[in-house]
Amino acid sequence: MNIIVSGCGKIGTAIISTLVGEGHDVTALDNSPEIINEITNIYDAIGICGNATDCETLTEAGVQKADLFISVTGSDELNMLSCFLAKRMGAKHTIARIRNPEYNDHSLGFMKQELNISMAINPEQLMAQELYNILKLPSAFKVEYFARRNLEMIELRLKEDSPLCGKKLSKLREKQKTDFLIGAIFRQGKVIIPDGSFELQVGDVISIAAAPSDMQKLLKSFGILKKQARNVMILGGSKTAFYLAKQLLAGGNDVRIIEKDHAKCESLSEHLPGAVMIHGDGSQQELLLEEGLRSLDAFVALTGMDEENILISIFASSQNVPQVISKINRSEMVAMAEKLGLDCIVSTKSVTSDIVLRYTRALENSRGSSIETLYKLMDGKAEAVEFKVGADSPVASSPIKDLKIKPGILIAGIIRPGKKAVIPTGDDIIAEGDRVIVLAAEHRLSALKDIIR
Amino acid sequence: MNRRMVLYTVGTVIKIEALLMLLPTICALIYKEACVKDFLISIAACLICGFALTIISRPGNKVIYAREGFVIVAISWLALSAFGALPFFISGEIPSYIDAFFETVSGFTTTGASILTDVESMSKGLLFWRSFTHWVGGMGVLVFMMAIVPSLSDRTIHILRAEVPGPIVGKIVPRMKQTTRILYVIYMALTVLMFLFLLVGDMPLFDALVHALGTAGTGGFGIKADSMASYSPYLQWVVTIFMLLFGINFNLYYLLLIKKFKPVFKSGEMWFYLGIVALSTAGITMNIMPIYESFGTSLRHAAFQVSTIITTTGFATDDFNQWPGFSKTILLLLMFIGGCAGSTAGGFKVSRVVILLKNIKRELKKMLHPRSVDVVRFEGKRLDEATISSVNSYLAIYALFFCAIVLLLGLEPFDFETNISAAASCFNNIGPAFGAAGPASSYAMYSPFSKFVLSLAMLFGRLEIYPLILTLSPSTWVKK
Repeated sequence: MNIIVSGCGKIGTAIISTLVGEGHDVTALDNSPEIINEITNIYDAIGICGNATDCETLTEAGVQKADLFISVTGSDELNMLSCFLAKRMGAKHTIARIRNPEYNDHSLGFMKQELNISMAINPEQLMAQELYNILKLPSAFKVEYFARRNLEMIELRLKEDSPLCGKKLSKLREKQKTDFLIGAIFRQGKVIIPDGSFELQVGDVISIAAAPSDMQKLLKSFGILKKQARNVMILGGSKTAFYLAKQLLAGGNDVRIIEKDHAKCESLSEHLPGAVMIHGDGSQQELLLEEGLRSLDAFVALTGMDEENILISIFASSQNVPQVISKINRSEMVAMAEKLGLDCIVSTKSVTSDIVLRYTRALENSRGSSIETLYKLMDGKAEAVEFKVGADSPVASSPIKDLKIKPGILIAGIIRPGKKAVIPTGDDIIAEGDRVIVLAAEHRLSALKDIIR
Repeated sequence: MNRRMVLYTVGTVIKIEALLMLLPTICALIYKEACVKDFLISIAACLICGFALTIISRPGNKVIYAREGFVIVAISWLALSAFGALPFFISGEIPSYIDAFFETVSGFTTTGASILTDVESMSKGLLFWRSFTHWVGGMGVLVFMMAIVPSLSDRTIHILRAEVPGPIVGKIVPRMKQTTRILYVIYMALTVLMFLFLLVGDMPLFDALVHALGTAGTGGFGIKADSMASYSPYLQWVVTIFMLLFGINFNLYYLLLIKKFKPVFKSGEMWFYLGIVALSTAGITMNIMPIYESFGTSLRHAAFQVSTIITTTGFATDDFNQWPGFSKTILLLLMFIGGCAGSTAGGFKVSRVVILLKNIKRELKKMLHPRSVDVVRFEGKRLDEATISSVNSYLAIYALFFCAIVLLLGLEPFDFETNISAAASCFNNIGPAFGAAGPASSYAMYSPFSKFVLSLAMLFGRLEIYPLILTLSPSTWVKK
């Protein structure tokens, strides 16, 4: 597909990287020649330098023939305007980053419709949602939902004291009454789709799929359930912090936010009456201890500085806070932070590029079984995709064991309308109207038929 | 420095050279010549070395940076020339290896300078290979490689920048592979078109093929002792026009194909280039009228020689060595200008000249109005200061290298005119020079040392100096 990405900041670059990797023709648009130069040096994309609200620049970027126009500059208004222009000039679909809370509350739907924007993305809100999911299930460091929360997939890392270490998958499954699936294992930089004889080891990252109502039970019987966070401290009063705190407060949790800037504190305090706003420098350990760091259930570092987040998170871990989450934007920092012992790391970039990726895959595959949800798992090396099964799909109406499924692909769940999620065995049959969740390592799925040979 | 990636790419290039040598082999088979086996030996040598290199250096990490791009291009071109010389050497038609190397470098760099004293006795297979190297070298071997080899690395832009001449090199469509394919398709289509025009003018099939390949690459290897002189005026005009076409930036042809006419007709570089051609032709026509006595003939010879020199091709329709001094001076100056950026021509490039002139104008204005702020515009776009300063420093290094080459050639017992024009001709990838190295003679009289210096000069000129000089400097190779 022909895709134009306007605004090549952190998020724009992550999107470009994903889309180029997918094999799309990407045109990068930014008003700084240095950034454009850098992008074209690294990625196989073409760069255009100019203002994305200027019709001539848009024409030069080939907007008339673009299948998708993505605007992720720092300014909401610029994004909306350039998406509007792009659509008028012939782009088939448009995605705008709109993140100001004021727009998202009331007017967004109206504006989207009036400006003809196909999708509005708000990375901060997406990330807040992801953080909230993790805080609700603190044993995991990544939680994803499929089919309107009918199936849950979590990723967790096996620590030394985990009772799962050294166990075989077939043994684990025998003992359990609840349905579950260990779908993919990340070990030493490689993704493995395991079979029953697979033995778990310390340091493995595993992904578990189960119905949300079973997940708590399951983790409890594995002996790895941590209690839900009720008492959360957030460092940094960013937009993400605002969305997260709002959600946590609505769930009746205690939230403390530490922010350096007094004006920001006041504004947050105005909009979040339930939260405790603390004006101070979060890098001062004394302040954190005074605010009860040791008695917290969870600590979330959301400042704009990766380095600060890493260091303070390490300090929080050393004070035995049960769950420490750090936001890290630069991917090279993520590897370093993992080496330093932080395992719960979130990044706005990956959340956003996942969404864009899902959208483009769905566009590519215009008919039949369409993509409903898509998540990248295990460092981006595997993906979990939800498909809706269309009429006369080649995978429907024969037992799964009879389908010639490609190696590295696993059917992780089937959701029938109005019923509980099924973790399929070889005898299950996929039917029209089902939602199917497929796990794929080193494959790129854009339609359900891609899973069979 | 990602050495594995460098070796792997060079290995791939050598394999591609083996592939390319199949064409002259077929040609030799058709004419039932003995050089078939020489080509087969050369192909075997290329395949062995190519596969050995790619197998020992299979890279795990495919990330390359600008430095790898430069080194890959420089080493690939050296390797190409070294292997490409094998058929000439093995067949014994060019008995000395350094002569064969000179001839091959001259081919790939699209120079067209020859050490052959008797072209007409060469076998057809080798003559075809000689002209085919022009065609391959014109658009670039690595560009060709990128068009056919499945994705080498995401960052092949560095290779494109190092190989394609000109101050600003960019893609025309988002995908590198697509870009290189479009360029080659345009290149091929123009070559075929020219071939057909030559056939219409009753040129023999083999001659038409060789001249089409030689013109497309702006190379200039002929197959007759008098180059193009014995062909009909129609054929000479066809060659003139196509030489000029191949000297224009290929991106413009793409813009024409996608029906974006406006930027093409507003291209400052193209108009400047055509302007120089028109002025020089007019000047020389006036100057040589007394020799030919007819306006038509004078115009034809002047236009042909101006085109052949400015596009750095190097055919000739007459011995311009015998022309008056004014005409020769114009031709010598044209040698340094060269064709447009992004074409197959060599030289300093019209775009650089335009940028330099605009910068000079700005500096002059700055002297009158010391506080004036002025940006240089080129092709409707603002040029960043980094590009302007890189053009300035390219001029300096270009001049320095030219001086060095002239100095080294000064060791030869030839007159000043011969040496200086030979240096200019090789460095700018033209071919014939003046004096003892004029269009009617060859470079055979130079010593092996000078031939080696001139071979390097051709490579430096084609690759625009930096890739080779960076490869030779030790700090490029320091492990990081």
